[in-house]
Amino acid sequence: MKSLGKFGGFGGIFVPETLMPALEELENAFLKFKKDKKFNSELNELLKKYAGRPTPLSFCENLSKKLGCKIYLKREDLLHTGAHKINNALGQALLAKYIGKNRLIAETGAGQHGVAAAAAGAKLNFQTDVYMGTKDIERQKLNVLRMKLLGANVKPVDSGSKTLKDAINEALRDWTANVTNTHYLLGSVLGPHPYPSMIKFFQSVIGKETKKQILEAEGRFPDLIVACVGGGSNAIGIFNEFINDKKVKLVGVEAGGAGIESGKHASRFNDKKLGRIGIIHGTKTFVLQDKYGQIHNTYSVAAGLDYCAVGPEHSILRQMKRVHYTYATDKEAIEAFKILSKEEGIIPALESAHAVAHVIKIAKTMKKDDIIVINISGRGDKDLDQIGEIIT
Amino acid sequence: MMSYKEAFRSLKNKKEGALVCFIVIGDPDYETSLKIAKTIVNAGADILELGLPFSDPIADGPSIQAADIRALNNGMNTDKVFEYIKELRKFTDVPIGLLSYYNLIYQYGMQKFYEKAFIMGVNSILVADMPIEESDSAVAHSEKNKIDTAFMISPITGNKRIKEITDKVTGFIYAVSRLGITGARRDLEKSTLNFIRRIRQFTNKPICVGFGISRPQHVRDIIKAGADGAIVGSAIVDIIARNLQNKDKMLKEIKIYVNQLKSATRI
Repeated sequence: MKSLGKFGGFGGIFVPETLMPALEELENAFLKFKKDKKFNSELNELLKKYAGRPTPLSFCENLSKKLGCKIYLKREDLLHTGAHKINNALGQALLAKYIGKNRLIAETGAGQHGVAAAAAGAKLNFQTDVYMGTKDIERQKLNVLRMKLLGANVKPVDSGSKTLKDAINEALRDWTANVTNTHYLLGSVLGPHPYPSMIKFFQSVIGKETKKQILEAEGRFPDLIVACVGGGSNAIGIFNEFINDKKVKLVGVEAGGAGIESGKHASRFNDKKLGRIGIIHGTKTFVLQDKYGQIHNTYSVAAGLDYCAVGPEHSILRQMKRVHYTYATDKEAIEAFKILSKEEGIIPALESAHAVAHVIKIAKTMKKDDIIVINISGRGDKDLDQIGEIIT
Repeated sequence: MMSYKEAFRSLKNKKEGALVCFIVIGDPDYETSLKIAKTIVNAGADILELGLPFSDPIADGPSIQAADIRALNNGMNTDKVFEYIKELRKFTDVPIGLLSYYNLIYQYGMQKFYEKAFIMGVNSILVADMPIEESDSAVAHSEKNKIDTAFMISPITGNKRIKEITDKVTGFIYAVSRLGITGARRDLEKSTLNFIRRIRQFTNKPICVGFGISRPQHVRDIIKAGADGAIVGSAIVDIIARNLQNKDKMLKEIKIYVNQLKSATRI
């Protein structure tokens, strides 16, 4: 490998030997094509004409008035397939095409990455298999149907907690057995090098657009950018462009589930007992685990945040105190989901609603002219079944 | 306790290959698992390769993951793993290798883990999700605590890498006979035989072949092809899983099976 993909003491390549040749091949291809003119222009065409980039930065008149500061939303919910996941799915699928693979596999939690992978696979002519925990299949039926329509096989995973973590286990096993013709299209800034860096590369388009758009709208950078953090790809995507602008405060919001003290959550950074540095799915980062290192089963109303580990770059950003990480509970997220829908006519994904919830919580500490950008990483149509059950 | 060097040398003198048997420590429970290990040794196994149960074993197939879960559900943890080794050492001096995932060692504390492993009588530690790139710390702790290292080589590992890996091995090379995860299967691919020969160009260190070895004929083929040992895991774990309700039958089947495998190492 050219690099070990370390973010300070985090990240790395903790995988079985069988996967090393594939990671080496992937790293080589990524380093080569990320600078390749043809690759980038092809990707930009896909992002523009297929996915619907650039996405708008919408000013929220009503919510701003209500909360007493200026609130903008980065509208990744308007993308094709309904979330930021398509940015990465198209990028990696195109890369896989350049490498010469003919099959894609992916894991999915909320189903958003699975749908994006299925769409990218259909568009670029891959056979696509998506691993999904049976618990997630149950709570994200619409996305399962979508993936099937897009020609992907949805492979149910019934082991462990039956959620994203177990879907990743299965996808890694599949890849181990089929590395020669298969690309593993990992959905977040997780896993072994080069995934965290590569996915950041494909997602940083979010922050690049945001920077341009906020300068057009306000003539200055925002005071605060808020994004939800599961694995953390939408957050890295919007934060990355602003990392060096120290005046822009960055906040990542994890899933607080039923509350930190209940142990039923997915807040790797905010549970001092269960959230510690560990190694899972190829990377060293903050992981929810017991004393001996057995992985803790996470919980969140938002399937896309329901994961035991956070992307390794978030761990270093936290250690450097560049990004502040907090959490919102299920209850707060659902309330925010309803408020944004009613005030602005925008139904956010339950994942993104965690970011909205944090802004509602802290708005009173902001001044009238302060500018907040919330990354609405996806739309909430997929959550209506579940929300219907909860609020009726 | 016997070192790998002694064990492999004495087998060579007898013109035998090593039978390496894998089980998960604490599967299905502590007491039964201890009986299983003793049964395996009595039936002729030359080396024990013992897995620490982990909640998310990405390098293993469904049989071994299920074994991990059985062990964890019955209260197995790293402290008890060391008690188990200590108990087992009262009974046998065959080499004992541990197979772990990185996180379990990291959480226990690298130094504490390796030191305790040595005290309890462990010969080697193989970390399933640790490629050589991430092995500096583990290699240093192995050396310091007189624990041998073992690394995997897969059929798609390039020659340059094979050389780098074999250089880091002090115990044995775990040659993965096929792509994919552990699990029993019917036929041993021909390419495995070429694979052993390919590794042999670079090293005289012991090569043991695992992943999908389940029949005496597999064992025989592998030893004939020049491997020093055959590793059998999932097939034994499957016997355990099939006989959870009848432990006497479980132990009896394991005994007969291991016996057959051992016979196949004599060529």
